[in-house]
Amino acid sequence: MTSTATTSGDRHPATPVPATKTLSPRVGPVEGIQQSLTLAWRTIVQVRHNPWELGDFSFQPIMFVLLFTFVYGGAIAGSWQDYLTFMLPGMIVMNMLFVTMYVGQGLNTDLTKGVFDRLRSLPIARWAPLAGRILADQVKQAWSIVLVLAVGMILGFRLGTNLAGLLGATVLLLVFALAFSWVSVLVGVVAKDPERVQIFGFTALFPVTFVSNVFVPTQTMPGWLQAFVKVNPVSILSDACRGLMLGEPWYTGAVTRPVLQSLLWALAIAVVFAPLSLWALKRKV
Amino acid sequence: MRIETVINHSREPRGRAAGDPSPHVPCVTSAVGGGPSGRFLSVAAAIVVATLWNGVAMDHAIWAEGLVKRFGDTVALDGVDLAVRGGTVLGLLGPNGAGKTTAVRVLATLLRPDAGRATVGGYDVVENAHQVRQLIGLTGQYASVDEQLTGSENLLLIGRLLGMPRSVAKQRARDLLAQFDLTDAAARAAKTYSGGMRRRLDLAASLVNRPPMLFLDEPTTGLDPRARTELWDLIRSMVADGVTVLLTTQYLDEADQLADEIVVIDRGRVIATGTPDELKAKAGVQTLVVRPADGSRVPVVTTVVSEIAQVTPEVNGHSVTASIGDPAILPAVVRRLDDAGVVVTELALRNASLNEVFLSLTGRPADETADAPQTTDATRSEGSRP
Repeated sequence: MTSTATTSGDRHPATPVPATKTLSPRVGPVEGIQQSLTLAWRTIVQVRHNPWELGDFSFQPIMFVLLFTFVYGGAIAGSWQDYLTFMLPGMIVMNMLFVTMYVGQGLNTDLTKGVFDRLRSLPIARWAPLAGRILADQVKQAWSIVLVLAVGMILGFRLGTNLAGLLGATVLLLVFALAFSWVSVLVGVVAKDPERVQIFGFTALFPVTFVSNVFVPTQTMPGWLQAFVKVNPVSILSDACRGLMLGEPWYTGAVTRPVLQSLLWALAIAVVFAPLSLWALKRKV
Repeated sequence: MRIETVINHSREPRGRAAGDPSPHVPCVTSAVGGGPSGRFLSVAAAIVVATLWNGVAMDHAIWAEGLVKRFGDTVALDGVDLAVRGGTVLGLLGPNGAGKTTAVRVLATLLRPDAGRATVGGYDVVENAHQVRQLIGLTGQYASVDEQLTGSENLLLIGRLLGMPRSVAKQRARDLLAQFDLTDAAARAAKTYSGGMRRRLDLAASLVNRPPMLFLDEPTTGLDPRARTELWDLIRSMVADGVTVLLTTQYLDEADQLADEIVVIDRGRVIATGTPDELKAKAGVQTLVVRPADGSRVPVVTTVVSEIAQVTPEVNGHSVTASIGDPAILPAVVRRLDDAGVVVTELALRNASLNEVFLSLTGRPADETADAPQTTDATRSEGSRP
């Protein structure tokens, strides 16, 4: 018991020790990127330890492709082969939206388990934890695009364009995922527990993806519904992907328009939800 | 620059607990508070402060003055002063919702105070947060490890984030796992760990960078007695290595065991400060314990004690206990019992437990939660307790 300082009879004023050590005043951008990569690595390692998550974003889309192709395909498009060609690009879009939810789910887990506090108490870039999550999400996205496409190709899906078209579609999907991640971040911050992030995924994303042209052509729907389907970014993005992967026959307009509209939607979503999410996160922690 | 900050700050009114002796107020700065010829006084005070700065060998590694933090209508911190000397342990003691966690979160740069100022290692927790983060390790109320990762991956992650090369980070992880007796569990996911193992991993995670200051927020809450004792030993060994520790606890024996000094807080205010012994003396309560060899003599002992001490003693089995204020009562009791021919197997005068101290300071026992549904202490614990 060496301490007498603050309680002994004649008190010295308590003073903080002067800062003597030379410590770096801020994080450099290169360090920040390294830290984000480390945190992205962590998310990927988590998947390795948790095969259920891998199942969620691997087997579920495979099941969906098989289900829709063989069960509904014939009824909707006359033959399952034609339906597969129509549906697969939209299926990739839908799957992309669902995979984004892992950003919010992981963030929510970190927040509720106190891991986020630990990260914030470390001398790392303030943006690294979020950037790491979103970076890891891009890896998951790329994986699930390749997976759904591979399953489709095994079943007989053929590119109507060239590799550049496919690459364009992939980049567009990743850009849109990047923007949509902010919605997921907001849900992750607001939700009480990780399960509720999933529940949101089901209750909000299912209607949005089903009330679109992912599974059936817009023309078959009642007029009032068509109005929504036409402006639904899921439809627009699906059209863009069809155009880029299949070329003209499947698409009546030019490819450029839905691509540009998709990019505008991505921008709008990011502009609205990025500040909103950051504000909510700041309030929460 | 720093001196100016101190002086400016001293002009701001501060909330302070009534009856708190405020041992941490720099008395010099209070001399300039709001004076008309402020500028001259400021300069004079600056000189005095500067002199003190160099002259007083008081290296308060962790220092806070007048911290205020509100959450909506709830005042979690209501003008808290703290000072922890380098290499010592300060126990921040208080019931649930007293503001302990909020205080730690402010000092660990996780929360901005609404008023007041705090430095860690001389760095301001708001202005120089990044430097502070390089000096601290934080172990939260609930083991904040990534449950999906293995023990060694958790430590590797922290090491890599702190900029260690992969091989160095791996070696550090191995060393820490060995030190914390987790080598066998190194390759297992943290979600399979027991409560005690998680805490040890959590503590190890906050030590990766060998931080000179450590914040431990209720490190043993929810642990069984054995795991608790083990963790205490680990904390002691870190202190022996020169680490400065700020520890929050609602266990009075834990503060008694580990802390060099204790700050008792209640409802966001400091209500007492001192060493464990000083606090006990401050409460002015001692307990007399008498246990006769022959159980049938208990009534005689009870009568003797009640007559001399003027209080009604408690009887637990064969032992008679009474709170007394005057130590001279002990020899008087001994003489009377001797006269009455009572043989005793136990006769002791022990200092009050911190529980009794808390009761005498707040008028209610420590385990009775504060009425106000306060602070993150309470809200967090509900959301995140596994």
